[in-house]
Amino acid sequence: MIALDSVSKVYHTRHGPRPVLDRVSFRLDRGRNIGILGRNGAGKSTLIRLISGAEEPTSGRISRGMRVSWPLAFGGAFQVNLTGLDNLKFVCRIYGVDWRERVAFVEEFTELGVYFREPVSHYSHGMLTRLAFALSMAIEFDCFLIDEAMVVGDVRFHERCHQELFHKRRDRAFILVTHEAHVIKLYCERAAVLHDGHLVEFPTVDEAYDFYLESLQLAPPPPPEL
Amino acid sequence: MSTPTDAPAPALPAPSLARSLALQRRVLHALLMREVITRFGRRNLGALWLFVEPMLFTLGVAALWAAAGLHERSPVPVAAFAITGYSSVLLWRNCATRSAMAIEANQGLLYHRNVRVIDVLLTRILLEVGGATASFVLLGLFFTWFGWIAPPEDLLEVAAGWFLLAWFGAALALVIGAGTAFSDVVEKLWHPAAYLLFPISGAAFLVDWLPPNLREVVMLLPMVHGVEILREGYFGSVARLHYDAGFLAVSCLVLTYVGLAMTRHAGRKVEVR
Repeated sequence: MIALDSVSKVYHTRHGPRPVLDRVSFRLDRGRNIGILGRNGAGKSTLIRLISGAEEPTSGRISRGMRVSWPLAFGGAFQVNLTGLDNLKFVCRIYGVDWRERVAFVEEFTELGVYFREPVSHYSHGMLTRLAFALSMAIEFDCFLIDEAMVVGDVRFHERCHQELFHKRRDRAFILVTHEAHVIKLYCERAAVLHDGHLVEFPTVDEAYDFYLESLQLAPPPPPEL
Repeated sequence: MSTPTDAPAPALPAPSLARSLALQRRVLHALLMREVITRFGRRNLGALWLFVEPMLFTLGVAALWAAAGLHERSPVPVAAFAITGYSSVLLWRNCATRSAMAIEANQGLLYHRNVRVIDVLLTRILLEVGGATASFVLLGLFFTWFGWIAPPEDLLEVAAGWFLLAWFGAALALVIGAGTAFSDVVEKLWHPAAYLLFPISGAAFLVDWLPPNLREVVMLLPMVHGVEILREGYFGSVARLHYDAGFLAVSCLVLTYVGLAMTRHAGRKVEVR
């Protein structure tokens, strides 16, 4: 279970304090999931940072009763002078996992070939994303934090991420934040909208979807052509 | 394609001191391994500079001293004087300097919830203290082996002086390192401060050589006491050393308290990109 109880976050800027999140509360049980919609700058990434524990809330409480991942496919913790393998070892050591058991999976998923044993600074953007995603999958968590904007790649990569995350790990909980309304409809059983620092929950995903599109002052898009 | 495991991880164990200690050990080990490979690399002789730099300095000071003919006027062994002086500066200065950049350089790691600001600072401190100690011991052995210096007269006193200096360096590093989370100015000011402290830190003189009124001023600096203890252990029979171990220990204790409090607060304040 993850519970946010009246969580607020204020950043201090040169123009004075800027509240980003205002008394956000919600609860997520083991094996369940929630999608959170928000425009650019609505505070989605801040929310993910707070839940992951990278930053502390200004006020309020976050309790974690299950293993919560770091933001999925986050590559900012890579040490670029180290190889892909070194970075795998590091992450495994942090989480108390034997890295030897994970090498085969990461090598296979990333398709890095000889680059797996080369410094990360030589990687292309696509290689970095694949490594970051594979490391997220190398450690077992009960709940994944997914910032949709971080998982960018080609169709094949998306396909494989989808397979790993939503099929092989469909028993896990996840929190997905995105500005793309249809993504939520596709994957989530529950949805909320982050609007002006407040988190508004809706009984159904469709209602959240409509509210979000309205807040964007857009009509719902025509149904996709098949 | 195979996944590592198909079963969800078991329920979280209850928090306890033993579990927290194990976690702390694990995180520090991971960070140390990462930092060691990053800094010293695999292919070059990065670790060698740990010894070469202080060795060149020590040889340089000894050469200057000999050229000035000072070795005929003072009974203080010049090589031992230079080794104890420069090594002690390296110990506290490098601890603080490396910590000053630690949070900025490692903020991405804070996304791993178990990695906290204190871990990042402790890693740098452990590595600097380890490196400076290895270089001090190896240089001492090396110079003794060549017959350039006599072995320490009191090894235990040398160890005590070194320990106190390391403690001072670690506490200073916490204050400077955590301070950078509050303002960049801390890092900017530390560099000139380190330069200014070098000549008055006791590395380049014995307190006994100073006029009494100047002595009192210089002895307000905690590290001066550490160097004097170190030197008494090395060549106490040929020089008069001045120190107050209690003053040094109390200074370290106060600095440690302030440093830990600042680190705790820095952890709450730090903003990750």
